[in-house]
Parts: sequence; structure tokens; C-alpha cells
Amino acid sequence: MASTLPALGADLAVAPPAERLSAAGRARRFARRNPTLLFGAVVMTVIIAGGVLAPAWWTGDPLEMQPADRLQAPSAGHWFGSDNFGRDVYTRTLYGTRVSLVVGAAVALASLVIGTALGLVIGFYRRLDAVMMRVMDGLMAIPAILLALALMALMKASVRNVIIALIIPEIPRVIRLVRASVLSLRELTMVEAARALGARTPRVLVRYILPALVAPLIVQATYICASAILFEAYLSFLGAGTPPHIPSWGNIMAEGKTYVQLAFWIILFPGLFLALTVLAINLIGDGLRDLLDVR
Amino acid sequence: MLREILRRLVATIPVMGVVAIAVFALLHVTPGDPAVIIAGDYATAEDIARIRTKLGLDQPFVTQVGIWLGRIVRGDLGASIYSGLPVTTLIKQRAEATISLTLLAMLISILVGVPIGVLAAWRRGSWLDRGVMVFAVSGFSMPTFWLGFLLVYVFAISAHWLPVQGFQSIERGLWPFLRHLILPAVTLSVVYMALIARMTRASMLGVLDEDYIRTAFAKGLAPRRVLVRHALKNASLPVVTIIGIGFALLIGGAVVTESVFALPGLGRLTVDAIVRRDYPVIQGVILLVSAVYVLLNLVVDLLYVVLDPRIKY
Repeated sequence: MASTLPALGADLAVAPPAERLSAAGRARRFARRNPTLLFGAVVMTVIIAGGVLAPAWWTGDPLEMQPADRLQAPSAGHWFGSDNFGRDVYTRTLYGTRVSLVVGAAVALASLVIGTALGLVIGFYRRLDAVMMRVMDGLMAIPAILLALALMALMKASVRNVIIALIIPEIPRVIRLVRASVLSLRELTMVEAARALGARTPRVLVRYILPALVAPLIVQATYICASAILFEAYLSFLGAGTPPHIPSWGNIMAEGKTYVQLAFWIILFPGLFLALTVLAINLIGDGLRDLLDVR
Repeated sequence: MLREILRRLVATIPVMGVVAIAVFALLHVTPGDPAVIIAGDYATAEDIARIRTKLGLDQPFVTQVGIWLGRIVRGDLGASIYSGLPVTTLIKQRAEATISLTLLAMLISILVGVPIGVLAAWRRGSWLDRGVMVFAVSGFSMPTFWLGFLLVYVFAISAHWLPVQGFQSIERGLWPFLRHLILPAVTLSVVYMALIARMTRASMLGVLDEDYIRTAFAKGLAPRRVLVRHALKNASLPVVTIIGIGFALLIGGAVVTESVFALPGLGRLTVDAIVRRDYPVIQGVILLVSAVYVLLNLVVDLLYVVLDPRIKY
């Protein structure tokens, strides 16, 4: 026994206790341990800065047409080339970031809030549960993109309606996640204890169940955000999404579709931004899942 | 077993009922008068009235739902507002392209996704494993239509190896059929393949640590035999499950892939119907696709029994 003690002590001497590290050292160690999270965060920072501060990055007017300059290959004048109306693809791609980010964030936030509220209620009231879950099974059997397309066919094309059309297919999935967690959480001793002390259901839900749901919900939100950005582009590309006069990645690519053979850059660059953004958000999701130890 | 299959089939009826009612109710929960929206911006009052009677929108809601469900049971999905043809006829015309595309994509994804997942798990932490993981994450994030255009640009526009777009029926011969389908099928398969590879790897990692795997290796069995017979068989349940669930992704991807490659399939039918606000067609396609999804997942459930003898129904 005694002989192992010095060895332990030696180990401790080599690795300084965590609190002795400087802030920068701790940040470096965090980055080393979470490379996917770091990569995703860096890419997202660049893309958010690109979209929010679009006018500052040597862009022009995204709607300005220069017929003399149509279908120009990438050059010093047009970094990403120009489209069939002579509009600058670099400018339009950067402005397109805004639509994607707004749609991604709004869909993630709204479906999370609505889904969590409904999931908590359904999970806690057994009488509702059986019926509601059959309804959710039915709704989830409809492929999300088809449901969103059907909704867009019945609404006027606008960014707000795209957001609504993408929230609706996500809600049953959030409800399902929340309900499953509630079912297991409500059997915990602390919940039983709280109930024995006279806490009413709303208080139990908000004070005991909800905090335990924060981590899985944050992870879920990142995945919803990524798929919403992808789906917005799909809808716009198919002509059933963001109105054509707003430059969004899907719209730029839809217009470039006719010119694939002549001007491939119209599709290449917005698609590259789209792929990178979705990848970065998915990586942040994976990183957070590992970090927060979800599942 | 037969009784179980029947019981399960009956159990899908309420789910399909919810789908049918939901698809129908969408017309009413969306803001505004559905007849006005479907008629379009340049419609006259008569057009709107005609559509309202045609879709039965002048009846009380419960009556409408009853009529709609009754028609579905009889296999009648209504008629297109645009062409006047029965929706079932339109679907039959477009089914070949979509079925060929999705089946081929499914085949490619499984034939590639499962083996690379197995290899990644076997060589855990190696460069091969990292490569597969990078593919799995980036493939899953890949916008399907963009990937389609990239492949078209490389293999059709630059290299002239394959046609840019279009579809040839299998009746015109196998080679022209495959030549037109290979790019769309590969495009569509990537997302699904990434999903399958990732799930296979994760599931295999859980199994490879088991004692019986070590025993199998120790008694000198060939690695291939251990990986496939001992490990993959026991790791297959989650993989089969994700193949069933991922079908929804495949269908969503098929809609955009058909648009990129100008394939005359159900996706194009839907997109055209949306531009024309031809709601009966949209309803019909959604109903059909959801039914296929539900049935496919039923088959997956039943496959559990075959794959794992411990599960009994």
C-alpha cells in the first residue's frame, strides 16, 4: 500500500490542479478536448459575421443588375462571378446568409418552445398521452419536406410562412423527445419528494423536470437549426420558399439551375456556403452532445 | 407470426387515419379561404365558386372529412384541378422513375454504408475510421441538390461520361436505364449512406467489446467471418431501424433530386402541383408516401424477429 503513495503524489505534481491554469490555458485545453465544437464555432462565427455585416465586406447592391456584365466568370471585379442579370454572386451569397440564419434560428427556437410546452403537458397527464402520441406518430409519418411543401402551397410565399411551414413538422419530434424524458424523470425520488411536500404539477414541471431537459433540448435545437437551413434552401430551390426577389441561397441556385453548363459558379458558391453552414451547426451539435453528455 | 403481421397491419390504420385527416385539415388550418388560395391571383368569382364546390369546401368540415376518408378507403384520391385526371392515374404515370431512383439509392447506400461502418468500427481510431466519420458527418450535412449539380458538372458536363439529365424507362433496355439513373441515385444515396455508416459504426463498437467476439477471434476465425457472422448480425437491429426511419430523408431528397435531373417522378409531380396549387395531387402523393413509410417501418419491426431470435411476438 505505502509504496503506491509516492507514485500517486508524483502524478499529482506533474499535472497542476485545474484552478491554477490561466484563463487562456483553460480555453486552450477546452479547445483541444472539443475539436469539433471549436471548428463548428469558428466557421459559424465567420458566416454570421459575413451575413450580419454583409455591407462591410466589399459587397455591392445584391439587387443591382448590370446587363453588360451577365454570366461573368469569377474575377477581380466579381469574386464569385455574376448571374444571368449581371448581379454579383458574391454580394448575393453574403446577403443570402441572412435569410438562412434567421430561418434556422427562428425555427429552432419556436419549435423548441412550443414542443417543450406541449411535451411537458402530454408527458404528465396520462389521459392525454395515449391519444396524443398516436396523433404524433401519424404526423411524423409524413416526410418533413413534403409536409412543408404542402403548407407552402397553401400560404403566400414569404420568409415568415417558410418559418411556419418548417416549424410544424418539427414540433411532433420535439414533443416526442420531451415526453420520453418526462416519463423517466417523473419517477425520480426528488419528484416524488416534491410531490409529497405538496408541490403542484406546474411547479414540479418547471422546477424539477424542465432543468433536466435543458441539455438535451439545446443539442436538439442545433440539429433543428441545421435541418431548417437545409430545408429552406430546398423549398426556395423548388420555387416554394422564400419569395424570388429576396436573395437566399436556395433562390440563387434555383436561378442558376438553367445556366449550369454556362455559369457553374452561380450554383457552386451559394451551395458551398450552405454546405459549410449546415456542417458547422451539425458539428456544434455533436460537440455539445459530447460536452453535455446527452444520451 | 401470420396473426402478428395481421395485428400489426391493423395497428397502422389509426396512424394512417391521422395522416389522412392531417393532410386534409391543412386546407382549413392555414390562414385564408383555401378556395381563394388554390384558385390563384387571377381567379374570377366563378373560378373560386367552382373550386369550392369541386373540393366540397361548401360542406361542413365533419362531412368533408367523412367523404374524404370514405373515398380513400375505396382507393379514390380525387382528380387534379389542373388536368382533371384522377390523382391515382397521375401517380401511376410517375411511379416508375421514383421507385427506380429510391430503390437504387437505397441499394447503393446499404451496400456502401454498412461495410464502411463495419470497417471503421473494426479499425477504431485509425485513419480509415476518421475518414469514415468525416464522410458520415459531412455527407449528412450535404445539400442534396448541390451535390447533384457537382456530380453533373464533373461527370456529365466536363467528362461527358453520363447524360446530364432525363430518364429512360427500363423497357428501353437496362443500360440506358442505368446510365440515366446512376448520377441521381448516387446523389440521393449520400445522405442516407452517411446515416447508415454512422449507425453501423456506433452499433458495431458496442458489440465488438463483447466476450464472444474475443472468443471468435481467439479460436482463429477469419476476421471477415467474425465481423459479419458474429458482430454485424448482433449489431444489425439499430442499423435496420435507421434504414426504416431514414426512408423519410430519402423521399425528401428524391423530390429535389428529381428536380435537378429532370426525372419524371412523384417529386416533380408534387413540385408542379405546388406551383399550380393543385392540392388534390399534393394530398394524394403525401398520403401514398406516408403509407409506404409506415409499411416499411412495419417490415423493419417484423425483421427484428428474424435478426434476433430472442425477440418473440
